[in-house]
Amino acid sequence: MATMAAPLEPASEPHAHELSFVKRYIFSTDHKIIGIQFLLLSLVGLFVGGLLAMLMRWQLGFPTEPMPGGGILPETMAPGGILLPEFYNSLVTMHGTFMVFFAIMPLLVGVFANYLIPLKIGAPDMAFPRLNMASFWIAVPAFVLMVSGFFVEGGNAGAGWTSYAPLSANPEYTGVSAGQQLWCVSLVVLGLSSILGATNYITTIVNMRAPGMQWFRMPLSIWSLFITAILTLLAIPILSGAAIMLLFDQTLGTHFFLPPGGGQPLLWQHVFWFFGHPEVYILILPAMGMVSDIIANGSRKPVFGYKSMVYAIIAIGFLGWIVWGHHMFQSGMNPLLGTTFMVSTLFIAVPSAIKTFNWLGTMWRGSVHFTVPMLHACAFVAMFVIGGLSGVFMASAPVDIYIHDTYFIVAHIHYVLFGGSLFALFGAITFWYPKMFGRMMSARWGYAHFFLTFIFYNMTFFPMHGLGVGGHMRRIYDPTQYEFLQPLQPINTFITISAFLLFATQLIFAVNFIVSWFRGAKASANPWNDTGLEWTTPSPPPHGNWEETPTVYHPPYEFSSPLVEEDSLMQSQRLEQPAVSQAER
Amino acid sequence: MSWLLPPGVSTFAGDIDRIYYLILWITGVAFFIVEAGLIWFLIKYRARPGRKAHYTLGNNVAEVVWTAVPAVVVIMIGVLSGGLWNQLRGRDAIPDDAIPVEVRARQFEWNVTYPGSDGEFDTGDEFTTRNRLRIPVNTPVVVYLESEDVIHSFFVPAFRVKQDVVPGMRIAVWFEATVAGDYPLECAELCGNGHTTMGGTVSVLPQEEYRRWLTEQNQTIAAR
Amino acid sequence: MAHAAVMQPPVKAETGAGVYNEKLGMWVFLGSEVMFFTALIGSYLILRVAQPGQWAQPGEILNVPITAVNTFFLICSSVTMVKAFASIQEGNQQGLKLYLILTVIIGATFVGIQIYEYSQLIHHGFLPSGYREGSELAEHAAAGELPAAIGLYGSTFFTMTGFHGFHVTMGVICMLFVTWKAFRGRYTATDHRGVEVIGLYWHFVDLVWIILFTIVYLI
Repeated sequence: MATMAAPLEPASEPHAHELSFVKRYIFSTDHKIIGIQFLLLSLVGLFVGGLLAMLMRWQLGFPTEPMPGGGILPETMAPGGILLPEFYNSLVTMHGTFMVFFAIMPLLVGVFANYLIPLKIGAPDMAFPRLNMASFWIAVPAFVLMVSGFFVEGGNAGAGWTSYAPLSANPEYTGVSAGQQLWCVSLVVLGLSSILGATNYITTIVNMRAPGMQWFRMPLSIWSLFITAILTLLAIPILSGAAIMLLFDQTLGTHFFLPPGGGQPLLWQHVFWFFGHPEVYILILPAMGMVSDIIANGSRKPVFGYKSMVYAIIAIGFLGWIVWGHHMFQSGMNPLLGTTFMVSTLFIAVPSAIKTFNWLGTMWRGSVHFTVPMLHACAFVAMFVIGGLSGVFMASAPVDIYIHDTYFIVAHIHYVLFGGSLFALFGAITFWYPKMFGRMMSARWGYAHFFLTFIFYNMTFFPMHGLGVGGHMRRIYDPTQYEFLQPLQPINTFITISAFLLFATQLIFAVNFIVSWFRGAKASANPWNDTGLEWTTPSPPPHGNWEETPTVYHPPYEFSSPLVEEDSLMQSQRLEQPAVSQAER
Repeated sequence: MSWLLPPGVSTFAGDIDRIYYLILWITGVAFFIVEAGLIWFLIKYRARPGRKAHYTLGNNVAEVVWTAVPAVVVIMIGVLSGGLWNQLRGRDAIPDDAIPVEVRARQFEWNVTYPGSDGEFDTGDEFTTRNRLRIPVNTPVVVYLESEDVIHSFFVPAFRVKQDVVPGMRIAVWFEATVAGDYPLECAELCGNGHTTMGGTVSVLPQEEYRRWLTEQNQTIAAR
Repeated sequence: MAHAAVMQPPVKAETGAGVYNEKLGMWVFLGSEVMFFTALIGSYLILRVAQPGQWAQPGEILNVPITAVNTFFLICSSVTMVKAFASIQEGNQQGLKLYLILTVIIGATFVGIQIYEYSQLIHHGFLPSGYREGSELAEHAAAGELPAAIGLYGSTFFTMTGFHGFHVTMGVICMLFVTWKAFRGRYTATDHRGVEVIGLYWHFVDLVWIILFTIVYLI
């Protein structure tokens, strides 16, 4: 809130004079630097989240066996290398929390909203550059707070990333107090960062589009980031409110979610999921948008049904607000509500199907170039289809009775968030890397990373459907305790080995990312022959992005346009003989 | 790795499984159409020298079709699911003649209370067993779920029954087992450090045996 | 609007919302604030409907008269805020400074009275967790004059009014900053974005209070 004052100042004009290192790279107000800062922070978050998953997978694959190298963990986590159940619960909680809040969300929104919005709409920077800087530097302490939970007495929060009360609200039930409080505080702080970011993105998109950049000339990445920003703006404060009430239950003795004082556990679930389902779309919409950009580029064709893609994004964004109850079919909520939520949930399949078929339509009769980003985008489509279709099962309330809280749900969320969002992100990072750093990522290592990731990813997550169908519950520490799960244990072991391979494969990406930064081939201004405005400025673009504000003459995806000889027509390219694209006739 | 559900032994297990398999078929077909289309397009339209992509912006007919077809399919799934959901959880779903049992969950055990010889709770003649729910076969049973501490979830995979147990609420869930035998009971909601150990057994007894066991228990209580 | 040209974004752009960035940004931010208070107020309503017995009659525990006076103060501060804005629109620097200072003072008074109200309530034994054991209010409750348990009453009362007070405090701090700038002559009849934007926030906080006063104190 202290940053309230920031928007009151007119945007500074920093490129008038040389900036010190600190101002240029650390406390920078340049949206591109802030995007890269978010990239580095959230890749660390992704690594932390992945590492926590590996520890969990060891326990699930080889229960009660000492973990090789686990001896370095303190006694309170894994005495003798054997994970304790309470530590396992912290891992479950923190894997989810880090992946959702400190990896996927900042990767999609913090990185690409920051980096792409001004560059793609032809603005010199965000509407509020200093607010933008604040939003990054508020996210950093949130990250530190969340990590620090591992080092406090009682360990880190252990009630799941959803922190269902009363388990999360009363330390008596888990032995965790400081860790759970840090979880709440961290999310409130991070929420402030997200809200400031969203305010900035919305204002920038509404008010700072270059001349000619009409609403329906915005690339789908910008459309999806715009709708995402609206969802973030409206959903995150609800999480903040919920986390604050939870924090007060733990510290001030309030009774919001504690039945002995009259509070309601289901209230937490309603409030959390009222935030949580829009959050789900925050985690996928930007991926959809960026994938649309990449597929059009890779197929050298305009996006099939551009306008219906826009309407589908809006529809998903809207439907996201009225489906939260599908997380609660078995929660004891009034069953009559179940029918309503089931219908609204099933309808999300419609805009999702529109998007999927339109991506295929974009490839249809295209000229598909198998660049690394394009492969990742295709993997996104292929995997999102699985994640979307498996969602139909749990949308049906009676079927959900059986599969709710089983590994089927775990498989579903990972097909959407890893198979969907993360593949899109690998594609997007590879695609915009040359613009960010002025160098290309190695394609050879990129292919290796893609194919291995694709294989090991499916080996890791596909069998989880089978575990779920077999009745394997989520979040259990030791499946071998149940006789009926013992026949499924080899699948668990297989998943664990696949997960380790998947994790190891990501080292290829890490090395490629770091080495290319210094050694990669110099990138031209437009290495992918794309049509977007960001490719009209040098790689990396200077502060202020363009010497002169570009003017937009064409829709976003004029690939193979009959108006020109070449197979792409830049949005800002002025034709000698003014002609209107077929898309706008 | 199997997509087949384990055998279901309650009266409605078959209905739930039928919708599951219907969705499996529908999504399976959709899966093959989309993935095959994707792979086919990627191969067929791969970049080749001298061929330019076909500039097209969309096709209204195609888009209407692939909007309408999923809409019709989901409406159908919705109607089928909604009907069954009401049958299972609707206002009058619980059969009148269902045998009442109370299950109180706490970290990390299931305490099963039977109403005793008068068939009423809170009359002093109840008796309680731990982690084992005994019920008669082919008889509707209604379980009243309560929790003493955190949220648990009463999950009997073989019956296709799952219901969260929420502190401060008394939630009724009903089922009718069709085959005698022992079936695992699990907690499906993360409930603390011992969550993984919170298992139990549902013993479905032949009616005669159940009656004998019940009488024995009631007599023991009466004798006390 | 004579000053419209100044309030446009500094670079060429498509016509956006038709308002300058700071104003649009504040509107957007307030959308987020609405959702924040919705979460708190919504939870309050759900809990109150479920457990009406945990709430005392209006005025039994809370001091309605003093809060009514406080509400009046806050409404007055909205008036002085409007006056400040109207002054600078006419280029009246003296009026701007006077009314900004008045707004700051009244806002701070509101917070002060709220702190006093809290200290009194806590003194009498009304806490976020309910009655304080052995307190005056707890004795009344034991005598059957007040509800036996008021845990939810305390929880929701302190959380909602506390966060509102926090927002007023932040508003006063930002307003001090604006006032400082006003004293340095940074606002003119053609460019006074800071005054208008803080005004929007201030009116919003005022509006939230009127809702809270109604649903927390009066019903």
